[in-house]
Amino acid sequence: MSKYSMHLLVCGGTGCHAAESDAIVCNLRDELEAKGLLDSVQVILTGCFGFCEKGPIVKVMPDNTFYVQVKPEDAQTIVEEHVIKGRKVNRLLYKDPLTKEAVSDSKHMVFYKKQMRIALRNCGFINPENIDEYIARDGYQALGKVLTEMSPEETIKLVKDSGQRGRGGGGFSTGLKWELARKNVSDEKYVVCNADEGDPGAFMDRSVLEGDPHSVLEAMAICGYSIGASDGLIYIRAEYPLAIERLKIAIGQAREYGLLGDNIFGTGFSFDITLRYGAGAFVCGEETALIHSMEGLRGEPTVKPPFPAESGYRNKPTNVNNVETFASIPAIILKGARWYSSIGTEKSKGTKVFALAGKINNVGLIEVPMGTTLREVIFEIGGGIRNVKKFKGVQTGGPSGGCLTEKHLDTPIDFDNLIAAGSMMGSGAMIVLDEDDCMVSMAKFFLEFTVEESCGKCAPCRIGNKRLHELLGQICEGKGSLADLDRLKNMSLVIKDTSLCGLGQTSPNPVLSMMDNFREEYVAHVTHKKCPAGQCKSLMEYIINLDNCVGCTACARVCPVNAITGERKEVHLINSATCIKCGACMEKCKFDAIYIS
Amino acid sequence: MSSIKIELRNEDVDFIKATCSKFNSDPQELINVLHSCQEHFGYLPAEVQEVVSGHLNVPVAKVYGVVTFYSFFTMTPKGKHPISICMGTACYVRGAEKVLEEFRKELKIQVGGTTSDNKFSLSSLRCVGACGLAPVVLVGDKTYGRVAPDDIKGILKEYEK
Ligand SMILES: Cc1cc2nc3c(=O)[nH]c(=O)nc-3n(C[C@H](O)[C@H](O)[C@H](O)COP(=O)(O)O)c2cc1C
Ligand code: SF4
Ligand code: SF4
Ligand code: SF4
Ligand code: FES
Ligand code: FES
Repeated sequence: MSKYSMHLLVCGGTGCHAAESDAIVCNLRDELEAKGLLDSVQVILTGCFGFCEKGPIVKVMPDNTFYVQVKPEDAQTIVEEHVIKGRKVNRLLYKDPLTKEAVSDSKHMVFYKKQMRIALRNCGFINPENIDEYIARDGYQALGKVLTEMSPEETIKLVKDSGQRGRGGGGFSTGLKWELARKNVSDEKYVVCNADEGDPGAFMDRSVLEGDPHSVLEAMAICGYSIGASDGLIYIRAEYPLAIERLKIAIGQAREYGLLGDNIFGTGFSFDITLRYGAGAFVCGEETALIHSMEGLRGEPTVKPPFPAESGYRNKPTNVNNVETFASIPAIILKGARWYSSIGTEKSKGTKVFALAGKINNVGLIEVPMGTTLREVIFEIGGGIRNVKKFKGVQTGGPSGGCLTEKHLDTPIDFDNLIAAGSMMGSGAMIVLDEDDCMVSMAKFFLEFTVEESCGKCAPCRIGNKRLHELLGQICEGKGSLADLDRLKNMSLVIKDTSLCGLGQTSPNPVLSMMDNFREEYVAHVTHKKCPAGQCKSLMEYIINLDNCVGCTACARVCPVNAITGERKEVHLINSATCIKCGACMEKCKFDAIYIS
Repeated sequence: MSSIKIELRNEDVDFIKATCSKFNSDPQELINVLHSCQEHFGYLPAEVQEVVSGHLNVPVAKVYGVVTFYSFFTMTPKGKHPISICMGTACYVRGAEKVLEEFRKELKIQVGGTTSDNKFSLSSLRCVGACGLAPVVLVGDKTYGRVAPDDIKGILKEYEK
């Protein structure tokens, strides 16, 4: 990188990409070219910076200036002011929401202060399409070290001692898993990277693959060496075109450099990686289903044991790890087990990446040490709740997890604490909910997802979840009873106990935890037929305010079911029995006379 | 299942054959073959599945089983401008349902449907990874972020030609 005195890093993550960051890159290059600066200033399209809320992001190095919500037409100003005159463009700087002052560099942003980046160490720093930049940041050194200085057993011991637990949701010890795969003797073994990331609202793995694909490739090779495999497969969702593209480029470059392929570093170890595509089935994230899908079959889970470590892909020992799990491995190898295990809590070591989304100010991707509290994540890093609403809950673990509330805000986040609180880590999606979110509708939303994604192989999940969904639907429509709440609970417990795979075993978690933490809200729906959050359409009532109505008849004319009566110039009335709650009247009334109760 | 009957042209059959050969006619590559075919034809009609079945030596029922299992595969052709509304959790809590409802009203079709002039089709999908822009709508390859129900008429207008 030495040739250049300045770097303009433009976010090429999905969020910013969608907001025309490509055009920013083009314009910046054009401007630089026009000024004859292309030789000294380099424009790099990176992966996600994490601060997607305020994208597209442009970061200027070496001074760490952090420009937010940049538009393609701002390129000229950035080049003329910042690059040429050395003056920061004030209007593009991030403004601290509390002090209202412009923050000139990313190191001083609250969003980044509490973060610690291991898996995301290169995201937003390097051009993911250039292997040299990865190498310049110690890339492939861990592989070199392992191949030339360490035995497979030593490597496994190091990973085990680091205490790292899988980031795909289960939280199983990575080193232990590798050890099991190593112990199973076979002429062929496989290393599989699970990049299916089906949890809706999660984009951690995608961002790693888009921002730093080589870290995953390197780790897979290390794993291959450790367990005795020479074939790696990445199972990635077809819905992630940008990640696929960058992986293809990365694999090509790694082969060219001899970092994948035959006889790596002249050590006699050979390892190569191919891509396999998912086709839109959440259950394929489950490892046995994933393996069947890679074999060209329907992605239906099978009973474990046998575990993939014994009999997986093509019935050979197979080690499946998650993207984020792999991405941390090179750092663990280089910095050591003791370093990694010094971060985090007693039983959950290291850092975890979370995708923060929902009703929060700073939607984005963050990485924090295990043990950070929800309060720190939501109210400090996340910048609190949008539109000065009241915090209601946070769903962790996606459709398999639970909803935590106010009382959990000071719980340190780790695998075991989240389970004890009735939720789970899952892949790391955190969806923040505010006072406007109805917890019955939310539970129904997640079950709709489960019903759609259930593979249908076993009855409790196929039929049970459908029944849960129906019951919740009835409650939302004001047709539920107190007995239904017991029914929900009992059925949930049966589904959890008797389902074959992790999908069914966890699918009732959202409804269980929401019923637990928001019991009053469920009771309000069934006994008072009221939705306190005002979300359930059937429980809403459109009412005309007698004081405001001037009798213009506009509402009556627009009502599709003639539910409004009243004479011209006289107060109108809505017959709530006929009203279908379409909202047309409210939209039409120019006198703000119609409101919802 | 779609009731549309189509006649495959010779070159279509050749394409499928070539695709299967590219993957060594390995039955384990069925999903990759289907991906290529869908990319080529835009959808996977029964006739295409039959040819694939023959060349990979996989029973056609099994091919059908795989096609219907994965939501990415479709047996009905999409409109010229396929519209997908993200119904991932982040988009849902930021009002994706109302956006979807508005598209339904404007286009007068249901999710999974195509307008009678084959111009637009409507589908929902889960998290496209741009949650920062929630709610997100895709029209073809173009992503629209922070979409409000009021924006929909304007979005559709862009494609009226
Ligand atoms: C329904 C279901 C969906 C899953 N989806 C994913 C996923 O999208 N990504 C992932 O890495 N693991 C997923 N898992 C967990 C995998 O089965 C497996 O435990 C994981 O890939 C192992 O990697 P790790 O040890 O590195 O976490 C899922 C599990 C279940 C039951
Ligand atoms: S629990 Fe659900 S997803 Fe899992 S095997 Fe049974 S039906 Fe399929
Ligand atoms: S539109 Fe408003 S002011 Fe006019 S009759 Fe209806 S409620 Fe009254
Ligand atoms: S909400 Fe719709 S149905 Fe109800 S009164 Fe108003 S216009 Fe009529
Ligand atoms: S996509 Fe640009 S900051 Fe996340
Ligand atoms: S939930 Fe819609 S983009 Fe993530």
